[in-house]
Amino acid sequence: MNVAVCVKQIPDPAAPGSLDPTTKNLVRGGKLILDDSDAYGVEIALQLAESSGGGEVTLVSMAPNGETSGLRTALAMGASKAVLVSDGKLAGSDALGTARVLAEAIKRVSPDLVLAATESTDGYTGTTPVQVAELLGMPSVTFAKKIEVDGNSIKVERQTEAGYDEVSCPLPAVVTVTAGVVEPRYPSFKGIMAAKSKPVDQLDVAGLGLSDSQVGSTGAGQEVFEVQDAPQRDVGEIVEDDGEGYAKVVSFLENLKLI
Amino acid sequence: MGIGRVWVFGELAEGKPTTTTLELIEGAKSLGASSVEVVLHGPEVDGALGVLGGTGVSKVYNVGDLGDALVGAPIAAAIAGQIESGNSPDSILFGATYDGRDVAARLSAKISKGVITNCIGLEAQGDTIVASHALFGGSQIAKSKFTGAGPWLFVVRAKTFSAPESLGEASVESQSISVPDLGATGAAMVINRHVEERSGPKLDEAPIVVSGGRGLGQSEHYAMIEELAKLLNGAPGASRAIVDAGWVPYAYQVGQTGKTVKPTVYIACGISGATQHMVGMKGSKNIIAINKDKDAPIFTICDLGIVGDVHKVLPALIDALKNR
Repeated sequence: MNVAVCVKQIPDPAAPGSLDPTTKNLVRGGKLILDDSDAYGVEIALQLAESSGGGEVTLVSMAPNGETSGLRTALAMGASKAVLVSDGKLAGSDALGTARVLAEAIKRVSPDLVLAATESTDGYTGTTPVQVAELLGMPSVTFAKKIEVDGNSIKVERQTEAGYDEVSCPLPAVVTVTAGVVEPRYPSFKGIMAAKSKPVDQLDVAGLGLSDSQVGSTGAGQEVFEVQDAPQRDVGEIVEDDGEGYAKVVSFLENLKLI
Repeated sequence: MGIGRVWVFGELAEGKPTTTTLELIEGAKSLGASSVEVVLHGPEVDGALGVLGGTGVSKVYNVGDLGDALVGAPIAAAIAGQIESGNSPDSILFGATYDGRDVAARLSAKISKGVITNCIGLEAQGDTIVASHALFGGSQIAKSKFTGAGPWLFVVRAKTFSAPESLGEASVESQSISVPDLGATGAAMVINRHVEERSGPKLDEAPIVVSGGRGLGQSEHYAMIEELAKLLNGAPGASRAIVDAGWVPYAYQVGQTGKTVKPTVYIACGISGATQHMVGMKGSKNIIAINKDKDAPIFTICDLGIVGDVHKVLPALIDALKNR
């Protein structure tokens, strides 16, 4: 089976982020990396393609500039190719604008299954994959812990408030994957070398048949108009544990009458 | 015109509105909406009408029993159907729940309207609703608003508004709304429901939350977190690092990509305080941190910090509590 995985290249979360003071967009400077959250989807896609006796894993991504460094990581893990939609007009896109772009890109791949993370690490709206599903006219299952293919449908374990549901869903479908459910493979040296020559098909907004008004800040219909520092919390007492640190915790809880 | 009509996507658990639903109703009322109306589904809607009436909502839309279907597509289609037929709210509030996000996302794409997510505050300013969001671990607050025509869709994080302490009962008008043909989009069906037995209070409702992070060293040590939580009649939580490592399920995660908690006391054990985590617990009334790295960011926001090894402090704390 052929699987498309939506992946996002993000600024390294270990580096402090910032907003552009004028546009209030996230500053995406420096090298972009593959969002950790997406590695799980890539791993599951590779496993499903392998266990179904072949098929391709295609990455689908969007970035305002032609950045590919994060995509190469996922290609090195074993994905076959990537479709990257890159266009300056995409800057400031909201989740729906992003979904329009990804949906059009996915149509060009016609996969049996579309995977995505439940939410990105940087923007974390968590709505884009289901918006993609609606635009493609596909069913969707979010918060998947496990996916099994059964002929023309899939069986998904979906996290719920009380435990999990087993969900049956015909293909094609969109599934979002929670982090930590599989162990993403590390790219091998051979994989890293191979990734350098794997095809990355670059498209722009016009090439997807979308109009400028559907994407970017013009298509967003929402704006961040103010950013303030949050009120600081006062720092309390910090003590080195000398073996009696636990007693501090006990008396803290006693003072609050919680024990 | 003010804020106009505000709808709330409500959810029931054991026949009663969930805490999140009650929070959203309070939020909608606080905006000064001309009317607050709730969209509900499931076999128990009629039985919950009294309590909903007691919250002061003016109308309940009953989508009915969806059987085994996942709720995202049918509820979104039912709401879109109302909007198309001229019965449109000015705004709709959704909880950041498993199903709330699904419905909001489907509806957004269906009616070609954006959705503002991860709201930690909503306030009326004239005819506009201004949403607040935590950025960079809660060190900054961004304010956003819609620039175009509604209906405006907002996904609101838990604990943004306070649910009322006690609930009365009153009658309320109820109207059935139907689900149009969904085609392929409605094809996902639950075939089995698994309830994992968990004792103690729920993570986002517990007065005390005890969370563990990578400083625990290995997954077996998470048992200390569970034991301490149980002793304090609290709930165990986790940082993203140990959820990603597969030590505990996603449902335990506190943070940006997890639950928002605001307990009376939050005890962070072996958690350094990555921005990802802080955003989900910074609103706790009191924070206790135990971490061996004295420079860990968690110590910049805590009320009591113990610089020490969790493997020594936690067993001593557990013993002391047991011996009381």
